[in-house]
Amino acid sequence: MRRLLFVVLLATASATAGLVAAPAASAASSTTITLVTHDSFAVSKPVLAAFTKQTGITVKILQAGDAGAALNQVILTKSNPIGDVFFGVDNTLLSRALDQGVFTKYAPAALSTVPNEYQLDPSHRLTPIDHGDVCINYDKQWFAKEKLAVPKSLDDLTEPAYKGRLVVENPATSSPGLAFQLATIARYGENGWRAYWSKLRANDVKVDDGWESAYDGDFSQGANHGTFPLVVSYASSPPAAVYYSKPQPKTSPIGTMLDSCFRQVEFAGVLKGTEHQAAARKLVDFMLSERFQADVPLQMFVFPVRDGTPLPAVFTKFAQVATKPLSLQPADISAHRDAWIEQWTDTVLR
Amino acid sequence: MIQGTTTPGLPRAARVATLLVPIAFLLVFFAYPVIAIVGRGLAPRWSLDLDPLGDVVTDAALRHIAWFTVWQATLSTLLTLAVGLPGAYVLARCEFPGRRVVRALVTVPFVLPTVVVGSAFVALFGDGAPLAFLGIDQTVAAILVAHVFFNYSVVVRTVGSLWSHLDPRPEEAARMLGAGRFRTFREVTLPALRPAIAAAAAVVFLFTFTSFGVILILGGPGTATLETEIYRQTTQFLNLPLAAALTVVQLVAIVLLLVLTSWIEGRQRVTLSLRAANETARRVRTAGARAFLAANLTVMALLLGVPIAVLVERSFDTPSGFGLDFYRALGEVHAGSTLFVEPVHAIANSVRFAVAATVIAVVVGGCAAFALASSRRRGLDALVSLPLGVSAVTVGFGFLITLDHPPVDLRGSWWLVPIAQALVAVPFVVRVMTPVLRAIDPRLRDAAATLGASPARVWREVDLPIVARAVLVAAGFAFAISLGEFGATVFIVRPDQPTLPVLVYRLLGQPGPLNFGGAMAASVILMALTAVAILGIERFRVGTVGSF
Repeated sequence: MRRLLFVVLLATASATAGLVAAPAASAASSTTITLVTHDSFAVSKPVLAAFTKQTGITVKILQAGDAGAALNQVILTKSNPIGDVFFGVDNTLLSRALDQGVFTKYAPAALSTVPNEYQLDPSHRLTPIDHGDVCINYDKQWFAKEKLAVPKSLDDLTEPAYKGRLVVENPATSSPGLAFQLATIARYGENGWRAYWSKLRANDVKVDDGWESAYDGDFSQGANHGTFPLVVSYASSPPAAVYYSKPQPKTSPIGTMLDSCFRQVEFAGVLKGTEHQAAARKLVDFMLSERFQADVPLQMFVFPVRDGTPLPAVFTKFAQVATKPLSLQPADISAHRDAWIEQWTDTVLR
Repeated sequence: MIQGTTTPGLPRAARVATLLVPIAFLLVFFAYPVIAIVGRGLAPRWSLDLDPLGDVVTDAALRHIAWFTVWQATLSTLLTLAVGLPGAYVLARCEFPGRRVVRALVTVPFVLPTVVVGSAFVALFGDGAPLAFLGIDQTVAAILVAHVFFNYSVVVRTVGSLWSHLDPRPEEAARMLGAGRFRTFREVTLPALRPAIAAAAAVVFLFTFTSFGVILILGGPGTATLETEIYRQTTQFLNLPLAAALTVVQLVAIVLLLVLTSWIEGRQRVTLSLRAANETARRVRTAGARAFLAANLTVMALLLGVPIAVLVERSFDTPSGFGLDFYRALGEVHAGSTLFVEPVHAIANSVRFAVAATVIAVVVGGCAAFALASSRRRGLDALVSLPLGVSAVTVGFGFLITLDHPPVDLRGSWWLVPIAQALVAVPFVVRVMTPVLRAIDPRLRDAAATLGASPARVWREVDLPIVARAVLVAAGFAFAISLGEFGATVFIVRPDQPTLPVLVYRLLGQPGPLNFGGAMAASVILMALTAVAILGIERFRVGTVGSF
């Protein structure tokens, strides 16, 4: 008995010692800055290492939940910031981020390489880094097998032929869900979008809480081989479906309904109160650099904002990009977002 | 008979310390952060504004959310008890081959990330799935089934650990005197088990009361509980006043519940004579007993086995036939990215966090259990369970605005994760250990003292052997909890050291068969790790039985 207790104590003691030693070993010698971001952020390790080599700055990445949760953490801690740079404000959150005054002004020189359509913050506190479209995806095989035409427009989705074929995400709990709701507001206007959703509801649209349930659970090309051939997802889902398959198919099993796309732009900014202003600015510069921008597509499955950035083959072959995506003014979104979600819930769920 | 009149043979200083440790831990890592974030919502400029609280009472939608939360948690708890108690009996009292393995396996569901289980349930009940005809997808029924799935082991372990040591002789005497099986259970066994049942019920209620992923994934849109609403208001709308008001409602409900269960637990505190587990277990002989055992094992297989089997099956079911592709993909997909983590490292991270959390939970919870067992401090009992009933997002955001100055600047620190996990695990440790500690017959101590043993020696030779195995059971539970814990840690700024559940979550967030299959493979690894850990701890138990 006593020997057993001793073994337990010894095991715990050595485990604790190991724990204490581990963080101490990773103490940095040069400047270390903290990048606060959401769970989907990713960059190639060699690309990040190149930045450290060039500048002597080490970047610590803190992933703090989804985009909304991460931004709110930064807002909540603005008197004592948890990091130096934030990445992951999108255009649906842009106005809140600016109104709360958590970012300082910085306009990188490389902004000149970014088309005006992405430069949504004239006060230059937030720098556009990438964009991605939320679109309806369709299962090519399903439509071929059923000998049914693929819907071309948002209006088509209310036709009886597509009854019970579309699965969307709840805008109250999902960011692509919100983007698609905003797409319908951009298309049908402040006065028409609720009527459109009433028609979708009458046409048996299915609502899931999040992207995972909709895509993996209900979409007929998802992991569960569900019964819905139409799903709200991303313009980058067709290339991702190829890239994350083994062996990779010759064509993507998924298509994009270009009429349904809502453009999301993601921004980075230097957090107010940082003690490493210069280093933080260098990181924002770096995120607009050719190297980082070229890395963006295969890491986060979004598109670079920098003009002339080469796209990987899987994107040029399998991704379709809407020439005229739907969009709304960030200030408009910020002013009405909560009420819109409430109205959506009333129209579609209650 | 009644405890509290005798004090365990601990020196006074030690007793004060056992009380101070849990109180200090809860004050710093729970009360302070929660009060700060609620204060930020209800008294932003140091002047109290209770209007949001009024809104919760007057707004029909919010009232409905509060009502639904309590209703589904109550029903889930009753169902889990109804299914779990016979299971607890079978695993505690029936001798059958493979009992130890079954007991370890039933704990596995408890640690699974809800996203993964949600996916397994959708694969069973969703549109076009094998059990779709039941029509429970996106209904309350799906939520209830999932809650029973997750919490079955709470009842089996909490009640079972007492049941297996309950002296069977009073039952045998009752039967001998002509009492029927049911009457014996109702009048002899049930009163003895009451504290453990109340403890298990309280834990299951708290877990289902604050259930998050299950509600979102299986309940369908429009199904909201206080927990999902607090998450929405905090992370999406930054509506801190309303989130704070909802947190207050949560707290009030939990305090009421804890006072109630504490009363039930304390109402009839008998000193039980405990026996070694191998003395109480009986080989199954009669046909009736065999049928009962078979029925229970069938329930376990259907309820717990089928969803797990679905996950395992899918981790091998690759587009090119059954194989190890998804397991291999774990080491290849996202390689070279900051998002990438070697599966081995994810396992190591998980184990490291879990070991740290277990140590913290056992120290803090063990101290609390001693303090509770040696006196009538009922308040503490409720206090340690409070963290289970408060939204993870409330605690997480509270951490951010409070633990941000030296000496406790924990933001981004490695320690935040095990501390958050320990907050969830401590109540389990307390609830597993306290009934056992309380049940130590004081006459044993008195006898030892009369025979000249010093207080330290009494403690070492009487209390410690019994304590040691309670500690091991509690540690096993704490370890399993931290291994699977995800909710509390995801809101907390954390260093880039993903655990297995985080790896699963990341993979699920991207399209393509390799990501989804990889998530299934990582879940299977997590399950295997849990089963091995629990089995290992169960082995330890055997060595201590003789000391009863």
